[in-house]
Amino acid sequence: MFDNLSDRLRLVFNKLSGKGKLTEEDVDIALREVRQALLEADVNYKVTKEFMARVRERAIGAEVLQSLTPAQQVIKIVNEELIHLLGDGEAKLQFANTPPTVIMMVGLQGSGKTTTTAKLALLLRKQGHRPLLVAADTYRPAAVDQLETLGKQLGIPVYSEGTKANPVDIAAHALKRAHEVAHTVVILDTAGRLHINEEMMGELSRMKERISPNEILLVADAMTGQDAVRAAGEFNQKLGLTGLILTKLDGDARGGAALSIRSVTGVPVKYVGVGEKADALETFHPDRLASRILGMGDMLTLIEKAQVEFDEKRAKEMEKKVRSATFNLEDFLEQLQQVKKMGPLDQILEMIPGLGSAMRAQKATVSDNELKRIEAIIRSMTPLERTSPDIIKGSRRRRIADGSGTSVQDVNMLLNQFKQMQNLMRKMSRGRIPKNIAGMMNPF
Amino acid sequence: MRGRVFDLFKRKKESEEKIEQGLTKTRQGFFGQIASLFEMDEITDDLWDDLEALLIQADLGVETTLEVVERTRSRVYSERIKKIEAAEAVLKEELVRILRLVGSGAGEPPQLAKPLHVILVTGVNGVGKTTSIAKLASYYKELGYRVVLGAGDTFRAAGVEQLKIWGERVGVPVVSHQTGADPGAVTFDAVQAALAREADVLILDTAGRLHTKYNLMEELKKLRRVVQRLVPDGPQEVLLVMDATTGQNGLLQARHFTEAVQVTGVMLAKLDGTAKGGIVFAIARDLGLPVQYVGTGEKLGDLAEFDPEGFVDALFE
Repeated sequence: MFDNLSDRLRLVFNKLSGKGKLTEEDVDIALREVRQALLEADVNYKVTKEFMARVRERAIGAEVLQSLTPAQQVIKIVNEELIHLLGDGEAKLQFANTPPTVIMMVGLQGSGKTTTTAKLALLLRKQGHRPLLVAADTYRPAAVDQLETLGKQLGIPVYSEGTKANPVDIAAHALKRAHEVAHTVVILDTAGRLHINEEMMGELSRMKERISPNEILLVADAMTGQDAVRAAGEFNQKLGLTGLILTKLDGDARGGAALSIRSVTGVPVKYVGVGEKADALETFHPDRLASRILGMGDMLTLIEKAQVEFDEKRAKEMEKKVRSATFNLEDFLEQLQQVKKMGPLDQILEMIPGLGSAMRAQKATVSDNELKRIEAIIRSMTPLERTSPDIIKGSRRRRIADGSGTSVQDVNMLLNQFKQMQNLMRKMSRGRIPKNIAGMMNPF
Repeated sequence: MRGRVFDLFKRKKESEEKIEQGLTKTRQGFFGQIASLFEMDEITDDLWDDLEALLIQADLGVETTLEVVERTRSRVYSERIKKIEAAEAVLKEELVRILRLVGSGAGEPPQLAKPLHVILVTGVNGVGKTTSIAKLASYYKELGYRVVLGAGDTFRAAGVEQLKIWGERVGVPVVSHQTGADPGAVTFDAVQAALAREADVLILDTAGRLHTKYNLMEELKKLRRVVQRLVPDGPQEVLLVMDATTGQNGLLQARHFTEAVQVTGVMLAKLDGTAKGGIVFAIARDLGLPVQYVGTGEKLGDLAEFDPEGFVDALFE
């Protein structure tokens, strides 16, 4: 549904290339594509407008008009501006000069505050801090239980006074406790609330006044749409935010909300949530989010995802086999299993810059059903056939087709493709990476 | 019996009021601005640009917005409409048309299947599934049905407890296992218990899951199959709960969940904020999925049946 922006731009400029010199109007046509990409990524309408004005100023300069590769120049400018806007470099937490450092977690309902609170505590403990969690969400049923359970699982103490107490008092008492038992960080999980609920927002203001936190972090869902600016703007106005944590980035939302929030509040993104497990909280990389917002693929995340799912030792062995070109169908089957763990194939391929659109262009579809068929074919082979596929002749092919419920053509196709792959590996093992593959790996 | 019928009408009235209340804020927001746009006297080119801006800011998405604006514009010109009120009526019609493609019966309480009507409730993390289930349970209970809840969110810490607390507040039994238990086993027990107790409606909670997680979506498919072992035509309803603040990702959510477990309708939660929930237009347009209910607040009664015409009308009143 969403074509790669660089392909879209190339298409625009290709259409224009017959006319010789590029004009400002030509660039505007291309910039319309950029604008649409941003809007489809949920970047706020007004933020997009301002952003595009800046990009246009640079794009109509000599950089693009005289470039031989205008599409790439536009992407480069957009990418640079995006990274700049998202914040150059890493934004660190501000710690108190005299501990404990007090961190308030705030946000709308369901943005992931409680989970993120626990994740942040775990991360800080790994860095040598002694965190105390505070259950200050007395409204949502079982929210206190949830934080207590998470605390127990992670071995991090949780301060709570049940659901009858006043959250502001709970916060103040927790701070006192932290002093007594020498906790270095106090993280408060507050109730989710609507930014237009004055009573609830007033509660947060009172809490802030009472405990003077070092950090007030807004927890925001990466899937948020255009309303992100309004909610974040209100929270910032009433509380003075110090940072943002973007959650649920392990899905396929493009996360344009982060750009909106950043440009409306000016506060940096400090962490991103990338999974359901307690250690799935990472520092923020503006460049990665920029590519993601532009729909340019996310190689780094793919590599990291692969590293999580693949057994490193096995991966090294595989690599050796690939290099020495002794990779056989048995290994191929094993790799298929690993790939399946990472998620649906089409989504994995989408992450590889250029590959998703290249496949769409050729109308090639790789479905998970196809994977199943390949698996069935290999499983219908004897161990010997898997290690030396060359012995598979006519009658073996028929048997394999019958055994896997496929046709002889299917078996042939698999064997041919495997042979091509082996040839490719042989070439790569001699240090020659075929040009078309190298091209695929480079988004610009 | 007669009393029941009147109750239903009364209920409908109340739910109309609720949808109104929920939308008051919406109206003061972007759609309200659209309405004030139409208070200008003449139709100018700026109108279409502003309209586009406002629809996009309501999360309708670029494609849907362009389509709505284009259709409205071409009708305004071909029908030689000069008056701004007439153009407003055309815009409303076009917006309603999208929602109406589907669920012409939306707004009616669904026909309950016999012997047991099973509703599977799904959605990504944090959209408000458990709260929505409590509201739905309360809704059916007040209509006089026997309701049982199944605590299928065994993943999130205290997910089971959260549903149990709601069950107590509503006054309906909750079938549950421990946190960490197999959701398939809980689901099986819940269906069995609901059948044994001769309940009318069983509402199954599930753990929030991102639609991109292969294994979790497979688990969801399995839950569906588990229900079908005991209730062959179940689950008769599969509701996708969606947060009204959700942007363009909502369409992907709806697509993937529908592919996995044949979603029958959307429940739009958290419409009491400033978000517009405009993504439901794209969902209706591209997937033909109706919105069944809207959540308009944190209280048990804050649930309204969705009525496409009323929804769009209320945006402009």
